[in-house]
Amino acid sequence: MAVLKRVCRFLLERVERGFDIAFGQACNPFSYLGALGWYFFWIVAGTGIYLYIFFDTGVTDAYASVERITHDQWYLGGVMRSLHRYASDALVIVVFLHLLREFSLDRLRGKRFFAWLTGVPTLVFIYLCGISGYWMVWDQLAQYIAIATAEWLDALPFFGEPIANNFLNSTTLSGRFFTLLVFIHIFAPLFMLVLMWVHIQRHAQAKVNPPAPLAVGTAVALVALSLVHPAVSQAPADLDVVPVAVGLDWFYLAGYPLLDVIPGGQLWLIVAGGGLLLALLPWIPPVRQAPAAVVSLDNCNGCARCFEDCPYSAITMEPRSDGKAYDLEAVVNDDNCMSCGICVGACPTATPFRRATAIVPGIELPEYPVADLRETTIAESSQFVRGRRVLVYACEHCGSQSLADDSTRVITMPCVAMLPPAFIDFALSRNLADGIAVAGCADGDCFYRLGGEWMRQRVAGDRDPRLRGRVDHRRLRLLYSRASERQLRTTSIAEFAADLRKLPKNRGSGRSRDA
Amino acid sequence: MPDLRRLPLQVIAYSAFAALIGYFASLPNYQYGDAAAATVKVSLSHAAERVKPCVKLTPEEIAELAMNMRRTEVCERERLPVVLEMDIDGRPVLRLEAPPSGLWGDGPAYVYERLDVSPGPHVLSVRLRDTARQGGWNYSREERVELLAGRYFTITFKAETGGFSFR
Ligand code: HEM
Ligand code: SF4
Ligand code: SF4
Repeated sequence: MAVLKRVCRFLLERVERGFDIAFGQACNPFSYLGALGWYFFWIVAGTGIYLYIFFDTGVTDAYASVERITHDQWYLGGVMRSLHRYASDALVIVVFLHLLREFSLDRLRGKRFFAWLTGVPTLVFIYLCGISGYWMVWDQLAQYIAIATAEWLDALPFFGEPIANNFLNSTTLSGRFFTLLVFIHIFAPLFMLVLMWVHIQRHAQAKVNPPAPLAVGTAVALVALSLVHPAVSQAPADLDVVPVAVGLDWFYLAGYPLLDVIPGGQLWLIVAGGGLLLALLPWIPPVRQAPAAVVSLDNCNGCARCFEDCPYSAITMEPRSDGKAYDLEAVVNDDNCMSCGICVGACPTATPFRRATAIVPGIELPEYPVADLRETTIAESSQFVRGRRVLVYACEHCGSQSLADDSTRVITMPCVAMLPPAFIDFALSRNLADGIAVAGCADGDCFYRLGGEWMRQRVAGDRDPRLRGRVDHRRLRLLYSRASERQLRTTSIAEFAADLRKLPKNRGSGRSRDA
Repeated sequence: MPDLRRLPLQVIAYSAFAALIGYFASLPNYQYGDAAAATVKVSLSHAAERVKPCVKLTPEEIAELAMNMRRTEVCERERLPVVLEMDIDGRPVLRLEAPPSGLWGDGPAYVYERLDVSPGPHVLSVRLRDTARQGGWNYSREERVELLAGRYFTITFKAETGGFSFR
């Protein structure tokens, strides 16, 4: 499984880097696949409501009503219909890329299972929506779907009278089935919306809206496609005639031709087995979970910064339980905590400007005590051999460890946002380095979702805890890159060192001032 | 902030996205039916006779039953399978025994079959047995029909209307 993930990551990362060139890292559509899914869902929902106003839900009149929408008001209804179809297809594309991407990034195992597990049934609903949608047009494609679906359902042992009997010939067609379909096509999307909402429940501030340039770009692309190549119906359904060549929407209906090759019962087994395997992927193989963040009440003042910054809604602020004068205290829900450490970087008590023994911040990762981070910072600073001393605080996911050499020392942690900004001030003012680089995942694509952005805001002074104003920003560099961008990282660090050489050597600001 | 040098690349990316969707939303065509063949469908839902005939109760036996349970005969629920055969131009094309449905085998037997046949004139003959008789058939129909290419020909069955109907 690990090999498969690596292969997927390798391939996807190549594509993502191509898109970085065209869209820029911060606007790369691959960082917003889930958000694009939501966006396309809304387009489909909006256009669907419009179409429904003009759609005739009776089996005998459905086809004619769709034809009227398509041709009589091609400029509006026709475009709406095309958008409805094409945005649905776009949804399939982004959802599968999203699935593949989350898989390749291994953001599904252990406690992260929740989003994955709830994603699997949304897949079923996507198909339920798409298939029932094509059925409602009641053209030859719909007829083919009707017969093939009925025969496939009949391969299951639960139905009495074969469903396919409804579609024997034009005399057996009943409106009953058609009404059921219209019903499915309205309620399946509603259920899907609920599932999509559940899907992001463990994400604080989930990205459900793509950045404006992507929203505009994809909308323009879909409208243009709708005008150039409008969606149309095939010949009307006639149950006495065999549908011979059917134009399939391969995004939704690619599985149907299999029914002519594989017996229906076997295909059910394959689909059910595949679905089960997909749902179990978060536990194949099980992952070792780092211990959750721990609150030290003696040091927590209830400021709620950790609560605001936790990307997984794992912290709640609750009434004080220890009688201290503060109103609130932070409480970690272990099941939701991904041990990213972002809360540690948010906590104002996590400061290195104290004796190491005294450092116990309000919240801490048991495996990465802040006291150790201070010790490591001091220890690494004594390892510089020559040149301008660049101390790199790097996350474990962006591959920055390889930067270490005589003039560059690297300290890794789960996420760059675990680094309290005070450490930057500390390292520079104590003259432990000439420059500090903060190396994390690509812009907008933090492994722990929000860390890169929080770090940027803290450093810029837009978010608590802010980096102190006295820090010389020429001595600080944020370096966000994709794991495979080794070369870029090496040259960026070399450039940073060159820029530092233009500055006087760091002399620190002495201890007295920050005591 | 938009970088204009990126625009052409974005236009290419969006066009490729739209082209991908536009193409696979309806092409390539899937060849489902055979335009040069006629398709015969056989479909029926029919309850065969019970395995054991019902036993008439004597008046004494009826009297022994509780008031709300009184009836004139007792029947075991299980039914026989429906045996169905079809020949086209004398060649056997279908031989099947459809079991009764239901947990206790007391429901009707269902048949749904679809087969492609060369178009043109054919003699279709279908036979059905729904009783325990040895040999012979309870219903049968044989007819010379013209099968049209690309069209369905359906054979259905209803005991109430006298058996098979062709369409
Ligand atoms: C309509 C379909 C879907 C939509 C709209 C959707 C949308 C989203 C969104 C908005 C996020 C949050 C991203 C963020 O804020 O960081 C997300 C996360 C996630 N999705 Fe989906 N998703 C869909 C289907 C799926 C499917 C089918 C799977 C896989 C089976 C899946 C797996 C995941 C995973 C694993 C995450 C969590 C990543 C993490 O832990 O940060 N999603 N999805
Ligand atoms: S370690 Fe990360 S997930 Fe856990 S509480 Fe802190 S910020 Fe939230
Ligand atoms: S950031 Fe620190 S001090 Fe503030 S509530 Fe969280 S643990 Fe307590």
